[in-house]
Amino acid sequence: MNDLVAIVVKRLGFGLVTLLAVSIIIFGAVELLPGDLAQAVLGQGATEETVRELRAQLGLDRSPPERYLAWLGGVFQGDFGQSLASKKDVASLIGPRFSNTLFLALYAAAIAVPLAMFLGIAAALYRNSWFDRATNVGTLTAISSPEFFVGYILILFLAIKNPWFPALSNVTPDMAFTERLNRLFLPAMTMVLVVTAHMMRMTRAAIINLLASPYIEMARLKGVPQYKVIVKHALPNAWAPIINVVALNLAYLITGVVLVEVVFVYPGIGQLLVDSVTKRDFPVVQACCLIFAATYILLNLAADVGAIVSNPRLRHRK
Amino acid sequence: MNDKKEVLLKIRDLRIEANTDVNRWDEIVHGVDITLHKGEVLGLIGESGAGKSTIGLAAMGFTRDGCRISGGTVEFDGMELSNMPKPQLRKLRGARIAYVAQSAAASFNPSHRIIDQHTESPLQHSLGTRLENEADAKELYRKLQLPNPDEIGFRYPHQVSGGQLQRAMTAMAMACRPDLIIFDEPTTALDVTTQIEVLAAIRNIVEQFDTAAIYITHDLAVVAQMADTIKVLLKGNEVEEADTQTMLDSPKDDYTKSLWSVREFKREQKPAPAASDTPVVSVKNIDASYDGQINILHDVSFDLHRGRTVAVVGESGSGKSTTARVITGLLPPSAGTIEFNGEPLPPRHTDRSKEQLRNVQMIYQMADTALNPKQTIGEIIGRPAEFYEGLSGSQLRRRVNELLDMIELEPDTYYRRLPSELSGGQKQRIGIARALAAKPEFIICDEVTSALDQLVAEGILRLLDRLQSELDLAYMFITHDLATVRSIADHVVVMQYGRVVEQGPKDEMFRPPHDPYTDLLLSSVPEMDPDWLTKLLESRGEDGLKAAGN
Repeated sequence: MNDLVAIVVKRLGFGLVTLLAVSIIIFGAVELLPGDLAQAVLGQGATEETVRELRAQLGLDRSPPERYLAWLGGVFQGDFGQSLASKKDVASLIGPRFSNTLFLALYAAAIAVPLAMFLGIAAALYRNSWFDRATNVGTLTAISSPEFFVGYILILFLAIKNPWFPALSNVTPDMAFTERLNRLFLPAMTMVLVVTAHMMRMTRAAIINLLASPYIEMARLKGVPQYKVIVKHALPNAWAPIINVVALNLAYLITGVVLVEVVFVYPGIGQLLVDSVTKRDFPVVQACCLIFAATYILLNLAADVGAIVSNPRLRHRK
Repeated sequence: MNDKKEVLLKIRDLRIEANTDVNRWDEIVHGVDITLHKGEVLGLIGESGAGKSTIGLAAMGFTRDGCRISGGTVEFDGMELSNMPKPQLRKLRGARIAYVAQSAAASFNPSHRIIDQHTESPLQHSLGTRLENEADAKELYRKLQLPNPDEIGFRYPHQVSGGQLQRAMTAMAMACRPDLIIFDEPTTALDVTTQIEVLAAIRNIVEQFDTAAIYITHDLAVVAQMADTIKVLLKGNEVEEADTQTMLDSPKDDYTKSLWSVREFKREQKPAPAASDTPVVSVKNIDASYDGQINILHDVSFDLHRGRTVAVVGESGSGKSTTARVITGLLPPSAGTIEFNGEPLPPRHTDRSKEQLRNVQMIYQMADTALNPKQTIGEIIGRPAEFYEGLSGSQLRRRVNELLDMIELEPDTYYRRLPSELSGGQKQRIGIARALAAKPEFIICDEVTSALDQLVAEGILRLLDRLQSELDLAYMFITHDLATVRSIADHVVVMQYGRVVEQGPKDEMFRPPHDPYTDLLLSSVPEMDPDWLTKLLESRGEDGLKAAGN
């Protein structure tokens, strides 16, 4: 177990270094965006003096490295700066939005992960049957359609033709939990359709990959029924690749929601990011990107730890 | 005596087909009959591809993916298995017919404790509670002389040694006290000293519970210890069947006779080189380590002379292959030097000159993985000739043809083929030709025959022997098989735990007195005498078996 702690600490260290590198890239990329915020805020009619004054006020007259270091120093103290557009504290602006995005992601994951596992196991169990083929075709169709398209199709059939669920996902902080689930049903389903195929196919492939192993043959020769062979003998050895794909898709649920949030007008972090880019609200853009990067790094770390924990050779040393 | 016993398994005209291509089925077992009585042990022997495992599995009503039983009957205790519905078959498998596989390490699920896998079958077949079955498992572990029988089952497979795992698998097969066990090469992957314990354990327990068994192996000496009757198979056909003693004394068929004679190939030991001769390679006081802390090799020294073969023997983990890595420069030693014709070689292969590199070549155990599957034979052999000799065009082609001639493969037929189109023995010949292409003075042969059938292995040994006398090569022969040592070596180095235990000319090494470890190794090689194991166990007693286990 001490080995595991050491690995986690080491990977966390690497994660921090990666995050630092990513922060430089984000800052650089934002720097490269054309146009000038002061000019944009003040409009065409502004005089050169007022523009210069506003730039000085926002600190835009300093050199990029200087501004990067100042920003980084703030981030380390939990201060993401002030939104240039709304003058609000970035952290307080992002906080509720991010928790909305997390809620949607968890909602979708709670449906998608068990569904994908179940379909993957069943497809491996009845491989090459009509069920296997239908699942493959269905999930592949879902993943091949762009998510805004899937979203609109769901709205068309489940909100307009049959008004079962609300088409808009506007939520308020004091909304009841069940009401929230109802409002978010369509965006969550859209996400489920988008991520299930990948996880399901990996589960199926990882299990089928193991079916030729001598220990699977041994289990069969011991008279173990087929479903137990799959669930008890193949699945525990297939965790590592499955966990990796699940982590990747969970990260996507958080960072890839931009389009879905826009379609359903859901006040999540993706919408905030899009709004901030159009407004050239650099501090908000940078903070959002940093949160996305951290999400990826943390989930990948979790996948690595999961893969280690699922390997008995690493869990139980000689 | 068999006439009095009830017939347990009756296989008649068994035919099995394999799916070789889309919609193409080729017959691989062509009508085999087996009659097995209760408590009787039948030995199935033959080379790879003879259909031994396929027939063994068919006795359980099982075929691997891509195979099917296409004809004949498999009758177990009055029930026909070949067309029995799966749920009914499952009730028999594990409960009344059990299976012991070749590699216990691969056949135990790495994710579950040994005892949980042991109790799975009886619990599945509703034979007693978990606790009862765990108690029974411990009892079986004790009977099979596993160390710490009360505790060993609670370990994971990777925490237990290969020989112990093989015995644990035999215990697992016994869990439901089946009427029939199929042993599929259960000791092939083990060292000779470990093999003894497993053989003794299997024989004891089969006798104790009066279990019938089909014992599948390619090793005649092993089958002689285990079986009452022996059946010889060749390419899916039965060659002959007789009781063990008759089969050993007077085999009728020519093929059986040729199998029996393989072990008789023996080359004369060449005279010792003159004391003034500089050895081609001299290994001097080598220490080596993989992590810089634990020494794997301790003070290893020996000389290799022109035209002579040094056999390095020892069990797995004794440091044979590590020594080869040090000589080739893949693993720089932490102390000591390697000399080539009296000159010290740089420790790292990256620091060696082209001339130094060409003179040390290697032939590997698994020809399958040592040849690039995407390259033709011509490219594989031509590459070193091009690299070391600077040959190209028609000169290169001529050299490759010459090399193919040397390894007795027809150049025009094989030049454009891919490794996948060759048999195991032919692939190993390509490995030899590739080593020769560099025109080396010294070749390391790392277990080059252990993955091959005996007849094919003998061909490879004869080829290597001929090439040695023609080209005056020095060989270092790494092997755990003492029969190979006996047939080809001039000088023998015995290694254990990274140390040279004993070394000397072959004739002296095979004559007592030996170092105790050499003695243990030599006496563990099975002989073609059905009473060999019994006598050996008697002479060793309890202590001897324990020594072999450690």
